[in-house]
Amino acid sequence: MNDRLEPADVGRLTLRWWVNAVLLVVLALVPAYAALTGDVFAMTLFTRVLIMAMAALSLNLIMGFGGMASFGHAAYLGIGGYAVGILAKEGVGSGFVQWPVAVAASALFAVVVGALSLRTRGIYFIMITLAFAQMIYYVAIGLDRYGGDDGLTIYKSSQFGGVVDLNNKTLFYYLCFAVLLASIYLVWRIVNSRFGLVIQGARSNDRRMRAIGFPTLRYKLVCFVIAGAMCGLAGALLANFTNFISPAMMHWTRSGDLMVMAILGGMHAMFGPLIGAMTFLLLEEALSRVTVYPNLILGPLLLVVAIFVHGGIDGLLAGKRRG
Amino acid sequence: MLYLIEQFLNGIQLGMLLFLLAAGLTLIFGIMDFVNLAHGSLYMLGAYFAATFAAWSDSFVLGAVLAVVATLAVGMALEVIAIRRLYRHDHLDQLLGTFGLLLFFNELVRLIWGPAGMTLSLPPEMLNAVQILPGLFYPAYRLVIIGVTLAVALLLYVLVMRSRLGMLIRAGASNREMVGALGINIKLLYTLVFGLGAALAGFAGLMQAPILTVQIGMGENILILAFVVVTIGGIGSIRGAFVAALLVGLVDTVGRAFLPDLLHAYLSNAASSSLSRSLSSMMVYLVMALVLVVRPEGLFPATSK
Repeated sequence: MNDRLEPADVGRLTLRWWVNAVLLVVLALVPAYAALTGDVFAMTLFTRVLIMAMAALSLNLIMGFGGMASFGHAAYLGIGGYAVGILAKEGVGSGFVQWPVAVAASALFAVVVGALSLRTRGIYFIMITLAFAQMIYYVAIGLDRYGGDDGLTIYKSSQFGGVVDLNNKTLFYYLCFAVLLASIYLVWRIVNSRFGLVIQGARSNDRRMRAIGFPTLRYKLVCFVIAGAMCGLAGALLANFTNFISPAMMHWTRSGDLMVMAILGGMHAMFGPLIGAMTFLLLEEALSRVTVYPNLILGPLLLVVAIFVHGGIDGLLAGKRRG
Repeated sequence: MLYLIEQFLNGIQLGMLLFLLAAGLTLIFGIMDFVNLAHGSLYMLGAYFAATFAAWSDSFVLGAVLAVVATLAVGMALEVIAIRRLYRHDHLDQLLGTFGLLLFFNELVRLIWGPAGMTLSLPPEMLNAVQILPGLFYPAYRLVIIGVTLAVALLLYVLVMRSRLGMLIRAGASNREMVGALGINIKLLYTLVFGLGAALAGFAGLMQAPILTVQIGMGENILILAFVVVTIGGIGSIRGAFVAALLVGLVDTVGRAFLPDLLHAYLSNAASSSLSRSLSSMMVYLVMALVLVVRPEGLFPATSK
């Protein structure tokens, strides 16, 4: 199995390299396209793609590279979003406070979940992370002051002292783009560091890694917390994008969406989550334009990918197919 | 005291329904090593089939029987068309594929039955309340649920532990290659097990249908509860699923019934109402997290595998 960038691939213009490059260029040009054609909806759609890609990327760091399949990752999106929403409601409008709180709160939750969950493995890990996400979901429903089940409208986006105005759609788009690129770079650095090698070693054979002296639990926990914090930041972006938070953003099917994006794009690839998020969201949008029953096609398509495609879309690009 | 007994019965009733769902999930997981997110869709289909057939045949019982047969057929067809191609894949591929199926079934139901929900009405003799203790009246239908699901659970136990088919099922769970080598048609066995799980889920759906409305997505939240049951019980263990189902049913119901009063005694009105609403929904997940922290493989880890 090809888990990391093979040395032979570095610097070679493979199909995968071209697709990723074209993808980045396209994403960079979306605001220009929207300005030229007046297609405001394209901006909305692609901003969502960028934010969800970041969430899927953070999930992929633990799931694809670390073998920790968290089925409750939408909880961190929600925590990040609620941190922004609650602070905004309480009159703390500064993004310099809101965003760090969003990241810190998600990281803190990840510490608790990780510390309790990482002892289990396989399907039990999937289920216990799901359980913790459900708890946070119900906590949000009980927050009467912040809208309870109905959610909360955020009337004022995060303020950055006049430096960045998030109400400017183009600026917000490029901010998301920059944050996503920085996150991809960060994940790339992590995966290819000594730390990342320990994480991947633990995925392949945890017992052997411990036998040669690595306290893998601690490594995995740190990785889990980084992913949680990253997703919390995506949540803060999402709250500023929709100007609305509600428990629905933490429903377990949202965690399922994130998982689908990561698996669909290809779990062992740096750009997999971005490709996956983009494919999933664009496909959903395109299908709902041609039919009132988009999932009648989208659902079986996911099934076909699961059955026939090994390593997601990235696996197709790299020319790997299941024997 | 009477209130406590009533809530206790409600808890058992919820627990038995969860067991029907969880038994299928845990069988399918234990034997085929397969995670099925579409299990809740079969629960939903069971309810829709029952509502349709009951309206058509004008009989609740006939509608229910036809619905179970129909979900059995859907389950077996699903296994032959799609599920069996995913057995050899890892759990994440299975999650992706069955998540796709979940989306598909929700949309299919919307296409066939429309976005509005349906109701499944009970025969009049089940609408009454029965006096089970002096001063304690309990809805007859809920007693029927408890009785019928207990009977099904017993039947399932006999089927799995005492019949030849059950022997093959258990053998298939511990060593599929060996069973295949002995000349048993493993493919057919798997199709039957999946169909059985589907029928149990459909049955649970139709039993619950008269109490709740029949609607799209009705299987999604209860699916997660069923997963909680399977996980607490130990994946692959039917005995574990039974114990865990009762535990989850009781914790959920009793928690919802008594937490508000309990918290109200200590906290202000507003705080306690909001907290109790969250806390009573969280209870089962707290129990599950607690169980897994103490016993990472559930209460009754399946010995085979």
